[in-house]
Amino acid sequence: MSLIYPKESLSAYPAHLSPGYRSTAKRSPSKPLIIVPHTLSELTGPAFGHDAVQEGDADLTKQHKGEPLGERIIVHGQVLDEDKRPVPDTLVEIWQANACGRYVHIVDQHPAPLDPNFTGAGRTITDKNGYYKFITVKPGAYPWGNHRNAWRPNHIHFSVFGESFLTRLVTQMYFPGDYLFPYDPIFNSVTDEKARARMVSTFDLENTIPDWALCFRWDIVLRGREQTPLDNDEH
Amino acid sequence: MSEITPSQTVGPFFAYGLSPKGRAQWDPNGSYSWKETVGDNLITPDAAGQKIRIEGRITDGDGVQISDAMIEIWQADSQGRYLHARGEAPRPNAKFTGFGRSATDKEGIFSFDTIKPGVVPGPNGKPQAPHIVFCIFSRGMLRQVYTRLYFSDEATNATDAILNLVPAGRRGTLIAHKEAGTEPPRYRFDIRVQGDNETVFFDI
Ligand SMILES: [Fe+3]
Repeated sequence: MSLIYPKESLSAYPAHLSPGYRSTAKRSPSKPLIIVPHTLSELTGPAFGHDAVQEGDADLTKQHKGEPLGERIIVHGQVLDEDKRPVPDTLVEIWQANACGRYVHIVDQHPAPLDPNFTGAGRTITDKNGYYKFITVKPGAYPWGNHRNAWRPNHIHFSVFGESFLTRLVTQMYFPGDYLFPYDPIFNSVTDEKARARMVSTFDLENTIPDWALCFRWDIVLRGREQTPLDNDEH
Repeated sequence: MSEITPSQTVGPFFAYGLSPKGRAQWDPNGSYSWKETVGDNLITPDAAGQKIRIEGRITDGDGVQISDAMIEIWQADSQGRYLHARGEAPRPNAKFTGFGRSATDKEGIFSFDTIKPGVVPGPNGKPQAPHIVFCIFSRGMLRQVYTRLYFSDEATNATDAILNLVPAGRRGTLIAHKEAGTEPPRYRFDIRVQGDNETVFFDI
């Protein structure tokens, strides 16, 4: 059986069970996953209402009366497939903590202040070159209950779609040189150093806007179709 | 050598960004003030076919509900067509996308209002039994898992190529059960991430 999206690509992913991240112990499948061919059901992709995404949704600093506190930043890059082809017209959604490391979500108990001028959710659709851009503030680090003195490195959560339900990706973008990297079991659940590095944005001085905002560049690489021609009868 | 971006957990706090509306009601005060991109009601006014409701509970290896999971579904319309190909001719139920997203509530319950999907082609050109692809994210899951929902009242399940790749003793975990006397028909589909009667997940 030949798969159109090679599964070897997934070797970069963390294991379902990663003991350092305690919550995986009871939330990872214990039985072997069943290998199946890719049918039309997997090879087609989620369609969504483009009309829900509005022009201003990519600027998280302009969703309230005033400007949020914190370091204003630009986060931009391209969504690509693994053959480096741009993925145009695809939905990119982000959510993050505010500059103090606090989420708006009602379950977040971290005793850091909420910012009335910051919700922390944004979304956009990539252009014809797979390019996306957000304006936001740099999220703060925050504590969590995984182990004593556990703190998450600064990160922005990303949700991306791509060409099919197989290319669906939910991940986190980190910031260069974070001193919390060595201690974070979520970041380190990706065991390959080069693969971990692909979750870290780079500081982009060229696109930093003088007297206004620092810029970070982050390209997102999704699973790609193999270049070999398809034989429909092969499955 | 693969150079894709690795997956990371969706974490516990996605709802205000990804699923601000819907049954979970994580936003009692309306403070998230965010129009949803994708919700748990897929039914559009022009959608043809049998309206159905799917409801289920997702639990962990201890049988405890997972209250911070996000379930996404992808399905064909009632005539077995996926809304995928760009530029295809308009069709009667063109607004039906077949894509849904439901955050679980405090009890770990998710639900979808949708249309029963039709038959789509499968391996070797043979038709597949009507089914819906599920993709599951949650805190404590570093990567998503995929499964499928099949319907208890479909005789074609017996010959479905994908179901037949699943050991017979585990196939039942993929069957949603039609509840008696419900209108529109309601199907119950519980997901057990781990442990006894663990739901079958697919390596795709
Ligand atoms: Fe987070």
